[in-house]
Amino acid sequence: MFDDKQIVVLGERDGIAGPAIAACVKSAGGKVAFASTECFV
Amino acid sequence: MDLNSQETIKRLADEHGAEQLLVILGAPDPESAEIAAETVILGDPTYAGALAEAQLGLSVYHALEDEFRSQIDDEVWEDQIGVMADVLEAEEIAVAVKGMREQKPEA
Repeated sequence: MFDDKQIVVLGERDGIAGPAIAACVKSAGGKVAFASTECFV
Repeated sequence: MDLNSQETIKRLADEHGAEQLLVILGAPDPESAEIAAETVILGDPTYAGALAEAQLGLSVYHALEDEFRSQIDDEVWEDQIGVMADVLEAEEIAVAVKGMREQKPEA
Protein backbone atom coordinates (compact mmCIF):
# COMPACT_ATOMS: atom_id res chain seq x y z
CA MET A 1 0.00 0.00 0.00
CA PHE A 2 2.81 2.43 0.90
CA ASP A 3 5.36 1.31 -1.69
CA ASP A 4 6.95 4.33 -3.37
CA LYS A 5 4.01 6.51 -2.34
CA GLN A 6 4.06 9.97 -0.85
CA ILE A 7 1.70 9.69 2.10
CA VAL A 8 -0.55 12.62 3.01
CA VAL A 9 -1.93 12.38 6.55
CA LEU A 10 -5.05 14.41 7.30
CA GLY A 11 -5.76 13.80 10.96
CA GLU A 12 -8.45 15.50 13.00
CA ARG A 13 -8.46 16.63 16.58
CA ASP A 14 -11.83 15.01 17.34
CA GLY A 15 -10.97 11.84 15.45
CA ILE A 16 -7.50 10.42 14.96
CA ALA A 17 -4.67 12.96 15.22
CA GLY A 18 -2.11 13.38 12.45
CA PRO A 19 0.93 12.28 14.50
CA ALA A 20 -0.78 9.00 15.46
CA ILE A 21 -1.48 8.13 11.83
CA ALA A 22 1.98 9.31 10.77
CA ALA A 23 3.60 7.07 13.40
CA CYS A 24 1.72 4.08 11.99
CA VAL A 25 2.73 4.91 8.42
CA LYS A 26 6.38 5.36 9.35
CA SER A 27 6.44 2.12 11.34
CA ALA A 28 5.32 0.31 8.19
CA GLY A 29 8.07 1.94 6.12
CA GLY A 30 5.87 4.57 4.47
CA LYS A 31 7.11 8.04 3.57
CA VAL A 32 5.03 10.82 5.13
CA ALA A 33 5.13 13.82 2.80
CA PHE A 34 2.68 15.92 4.81
CA ALA A 35 0.82 15.47 8.08
CA SER A 36 -1.70 17.75 9.74
CA THR A 37 -4.30 17.65 12.46
CA GLU A 38 -7.33 19.66 11.49
CA CYS A 39 -9.86 21.12 13.85
CA PHE A 40 -13.45 21.85 12.92
CA VAL A 41 -15.35 23.94 15.42
CA MET B 1 -10.75 20.83 4.52
CA ASP B 2 -8.20 23.33 5.76
CA LEU B 3 -7.12 25.67 2.97
CA ASN B 4 -3.41 25.23 3.72
CA SER B 5 -3.79 21.46 3.49
CA GLN B 6 -5.47 21.82 0.12
CA GLU B 7 -2.62 23.97 -1.18
CA THR B 8 -0.03 21.47 0.04
CA ILE B 9 -1.86 18.52 -1.53
CA LYS B 10 -2.11 20.33 -4.84
CA ARG B 11 1.60 21.16 -4.74
CA LEU B 12 2.53 17.56 -3.91
CA ALA B 13 0.32 16.29 -6.74
CA ASP B 14 2.03 18.70 -9.15
CA GLU B 15 5.50 17.68 -7.94
CA HIS B 16 5.10 13.90 -7.69
CA GLY B 17 2.02 13.12 -9.79
CA ALA B 18 -1.40 12.41 -8.32
CA GLU B 19 -0.92 8.64 -8.76
CA GLN B 20 2.01 8.78 -6.34
CA LEU B 21 -0.01 10.24 -3.48
CA LEU B 22 -1.90 8.24 -0.87
CA VAL B 23 -4.13 10.10 1.60
CA ILE B 24 -4.92 8.70 5.05
CA LEU B 25 -7.80 10.35 6.94
CA GLY B 26 -8.47 10.63 10.66
CA ALA B 27 -11.92 12.21 10.41
CA PRO B 28 -14.20 11.61 13.42
CA ASP B 29 -17.46 10.76 11.62
CA PRO B 30 -18.78 9.50 8.27
CA GLU B 31 -19.85 12.95 7.08
CA SER B 32 -16.49 14.65 7.55
CA ALA B 33 -14.65 11.59 6.21
CA GLU B 34 -16.79 11.70 3.08
CA ILE B 35 -16.19 15.42 2.53
CA ALA B 36 -12.42 15.01 2.98
CA ALA B 37 -12.38 12.06 0.57
CA GLU B 38 -14.51 13.97 -1.93
CA THR B 39 -12.11 16.91 -1.74
CA VAL B 40 -9.07 14.83 -2.75
CA ILE B 41 -10.93 12.77 -5.35
CA LEU B 42 -13.41 15.10 -7.05
CA GLY B 43 -12.35 18.51 -5.74
CA ASP B 44 -13.33 20.85 -2.94
CA PRO B 45 -17.17 20.81 -2.75
CA THR B 46 -17.16 24.22 -1.06
CA TYR B 47 -15.12 25.78 -3.90
CA ALA B 48 -13.08 27.61 -1.23
CA GLY B 49 -9.66 26.05 -1.59
CA ALA B 50 -6.94 25.16 -4.06
CA LEU B 51 -8.63 21.85 -4.85
CA ALA B 52 -11.82 23.50 -6.12
CA GLU B 53 -12.55 21.92 -9.53
CA ALA B 54 -9.34 19.87 -9.20
CA GLN B 55 -10.31 16.25 -9.88
CA LEU B 56 -7.09 14.74 -8.61
CA GLY B 57 -8.63 11.29 -8.09
CA LEU B 58 -6.24 10.53 -5.25
CA SER B 59 -6.14 7.20 -3.45
CA VAL B 60 -7.70 7.76 -0.03
CA TYR B 61 -8.39 5.59 2.99
CA HIS B 62 -9.45 6.23 6.56
CA ALA B 63 -7.11 5.07 9.32
CA LEU B 64 -9.85 2.77 10.67
CA GLU B 65 -10.32 0.92 7.37
CA ASP B 66 -9.03 -2.65 7.19
CA GLU B 67 -6.92 -1.79 4.14
CA PHE B 68 -4.84 0.57 6.30
CA ARG B 69 -4.90 -1.40 9.52
CA SER B 70 -3.67 -4.55 7.80
CA GLN B 71 -0.46 -2.71 6.85
CA ILE B 72 0.39 -1.73 10.42
CA ASP B 73 1.98 -3.80 13.15
CA ASP B 74 -0.77 -4.72 15.66
CA GLU B 75 1.09 -3.28 18.64
CA VAL B 76 1.79 0.05 16.93
CA TRP B 77 -1.79 0.32 15.68
CA GLU B 78 -3.16 -0.43 19.12
CA ASP B 79 -0.85 2.12 20.77
CA GLN B 80 -1.57 4.92 18.32
CA ILE B 81 -5.14 4.37 17.20
CA GLY B 82 -6.71 1.55 19.22
CA VAL B 83 -8.66 3.67 21.70
CA MET B 84 -10.29 5.76 18.98
CA ALA B 85 -11.36 2.65 17.11
CA ASP B 86 -13.64 1.87 20.02
CA VAL B 87 -15.13 5.38 20.05
CA LEU B 88 -15.63 6.21 16.38
CA GLU B 89 -18.13 4.66 13.96
CA ALA B 90 -15.55 2.64 12.04
CA GLU B 91 -17.95 0.72 9.82
CA GLU B 92 -19.97 3.78 8.82
CA ILE B 93 -16.80 5.78 8.16
CA ALA B 94 -15.41 2.96 6.01
CA VAL B 95 -18.63 2.82 3.96
CA ALA B 96 -18.53 6.59 3.41
CA VAL B 97 -14.91 6.66 2.24
CA LYS B 98 -15.32 3.55 0.09
CA GLY B 99 -18.35 5.15 -1.53
CA MET B 100 -16.26 8.14 -2.54
CA ARG B 101 -13.45 5.92 -3.84
CA GLU B 102 -15.98 4.32 -6.16
CA GLN B 103 -16.68 7.75 -7.64
CA LYS B 104 -13.04 8.22 -8.57
CA PRO B 105 -12.82 9.39 -12.18
CA GLU B 106 -11.23 6.96 -14.65
CA ALA B 107 -7.60 7.77 -15.37
